[in-house]
Amino acid sequence: MQQVLEGSHAVSEAVRLARVQVISAYPITPQTHIMERLSEYCADGNMGARFLRVESEHSALAALIGASTSGVRTFTATSSQGLALMHELLHWASGARLPIVMAEVNRAMAPGWNIWADQTDSLAQRDTGWIQLYCEEGQEVLDTTIQSYRLAESVNLPVMVILDAFFLSHTFEPVDVPEQESVDRFLPPYQPKFQLDPENPCAFNQLAPPDVYMEMRYNIQSAMDYALDRFEEVEEEYFSIFGRRYQAVEPVQCEDAEIILVTSGTVTSTSRQVLADLRARGEKVGLLKVKLFRPFPVSLIRRLVSPASKVAVIDRNFSFGASGIFAQEVRAALCNLPGHPPVFGYVAGLGGRDVTTAIIEDIYWRTKNAGIPEQESFWVGISEVSHAIGHC
Amino acid sequence: MRLDTVDQEYMYSGHVGCPGCGAAIAMRFFLKAIGKRTIMVIPACCWSVIAGPYPQSTLKIPVLHTAFETGGAVATGVRAALDIKGDSETTVVTWAGDGGTFDIGFQALSGAVERNENFLYVCYDNEAYMNTGVQRSSSTPYGAWTTTTPGQEWKRLRKKNIVEALCAHRIPYAATASIAFPEDLVQKAKKAKAMTGSRFIHIFSSCPTGWRMPSEMSVKIARMAVQTNIFPLYEVEEGLRYTINYTPKGYLVNEYFRLQGRFKHLTEGDLASIQEMVNEDWELLRRKAGEYSS
Repeated sequence: MQQVLEGSHAVSEAVRLARVQVISAYPITPQTHIMERLSEYCADGNMGARFLRVESEHSALAALIGASTSGVRTFTATSSQGLALMHELLHWASGARLPIVMAEVNRAMAPGWNIWADQTDSLAQRDTGWIQLYCEEGQEVLDTTIQSYRLAESVNLPVMVILDAFFLSHTFEPVDVPEQESVDRFLPPYQPKFQLDPENPCAFNQLAPPDVYMEMRYNIQSAMDYALDRFEEVEEEYFSIFGRRYQAVEPVQCEDAEIILVTSGTVTSTSRQVLADLRARGEKVGLLKVKLFRPFPVSLIRRLVSPASKVAVIDRNFSFGASGIFAQEVRAALCNLPGHPPVFGYVAGLGGRDVTTAIIEDIYWRTKNAGIPEQESFWVGISEVSHAIGHC
Repeated sequence: MRLDTVDQEYMYSGHVGCPGCGAAIAMRFFLKAIGKRTIMVIPACCWSVIAGPYPQSTLKIPVLHTAFETGGAVATGVRAALDIKGDSETTVVTWAGDGGTFDIGFQALSGAVERNENFLYVCYDNEAYMNTGVQRSSSTPYGAWTTTTPGQEWKRLRKKNIVEALCAHRIPYAATASIAFPEDLVQKAKKAKAMTGSRFIHIFSSCPTGWRMPSEMSVKIARMAVQTNIFPLYEVEEGLRYTINYTPKGYLVNEYFRLQGRFKHLTEGDLASIQEMVNEDWELLRRKAGEYSS
């Protein structure tokens, strides 16, 4: 049924439809609307889940590690500082091969305090073994959350569904909320191979000496490789029932493009408009939206951008001492491809600053007029004042 | 008193604890009391190692090893999952050391107890970070040498009173127990198992390695800790009703300290001060038991 939903509530609806059994959370802006709606559903009987009101994000994920190992479907949501506090247990959840699903609302890291959109929080967790899916709009948030359970439970890895603070979490859009019966058809009850059971006493996560540890880590990478294929299958199955698919990497008019803009999250929507405007003026520009960040779809990206003469990556995030993080990944994906196009990195929109059509268009013209990239990252729209502070 | 549970064994040979390990004795007696329908959460502690490396386990109950500070939270999640699956029979137990209870895990424990989560938390207390090589914790007693309180920097701060901290949460049941008093330990574990809500048992578990004493002294020292009132055996219901389970004849503390290398630097004057502290704590406990006797 078509409803006008806030992005946060698109997550909540998906979690209800996925028949999640244990939810655990600690409040942080801008994640709160997701959990408030779910706590209402649990309180009024719309959901048969246990809702755990724990005393920190660290405990929120710890509780889900306990619940998931006990064989039930689980959910939490967090943001920024909360995700950073979970860091240790992000490793634990993937190392324990638990199909936990988390909504992560991209918010800037402090200091200074900043509650607005910025991807550095989730990208700083890229090495923790979680599948990461970046969403662009409300419908995608709902669909991706439901799909994530199928994906997580088939590869035994946790999944982060990632949405921009406010631009997506607090924006109302028309969203088609599927019927429960259809979701049940797509997503059967969770049936783990192993779980805590007094009738079959096993030890989980025990001491793993050097002769076994490395194989355990190799298995996680094998599961990540499998997740690349599995993601496409899950999308196909979802498409066959609901008629919607998003793709790990979505190319828009890339076939004949000389310059391809690479985006993620809500910057993609604005870029679609810029693409249309530039195309109308005869510019050969394409757009590549990266949804699946872990596992990183290297082959797809190589294939889709290699015909272009230049690639421009827009990063609402930064790795200090290096560059924008999507740009790093795209460069790494291309480096062994002979004759690959140069990759221009642009940093924009940190801490919730608007990435307007004018900024994206500026990025396009800068790329078109440049020969080769002169720096790893160009910071778009930096004021003189900021430069002065930077050298202190 | 005869132990009718003595024949049941859930801890098998092959554990990798040190000779004379009090934590191993504590686990063995506790499991006899708690029985088969148990799921145990073990945050980082000596028992993360004692249980043995993959793919073996010395424990014949399901065990979830987890991160250091998560004992209260992981058990919360296990309990929630069992509840949603309709399993009300299985007891969820967190089994943690003093570091994971008094220090790094205190927040998660406090949170779980404030929510009155339906689980039993056991702290086996060997009074320092023994697994990492004897570093001081907030459970390390006044006067003790550790590798981080060496030489004349020995710990001049009192041990945190964890039972009192939990009583401040109005926890339904909190008790102390000792590996030297197995009947009392078994009885308290069984009593706790039969209750609902948050329950806490604090087991004094001597550590020959960290306390610098011969392994055969383990049980004797634990007994002396009770007999000198250094570690009284008592229980508290609803954080209010105190019962002292064992009233010793009032041995002086000197002998207890003299037998352990970790205290060898203490002077007669230091021991006299410690005796005063022990007397003061014991009187305080007796007053509480007198005011709120059950």
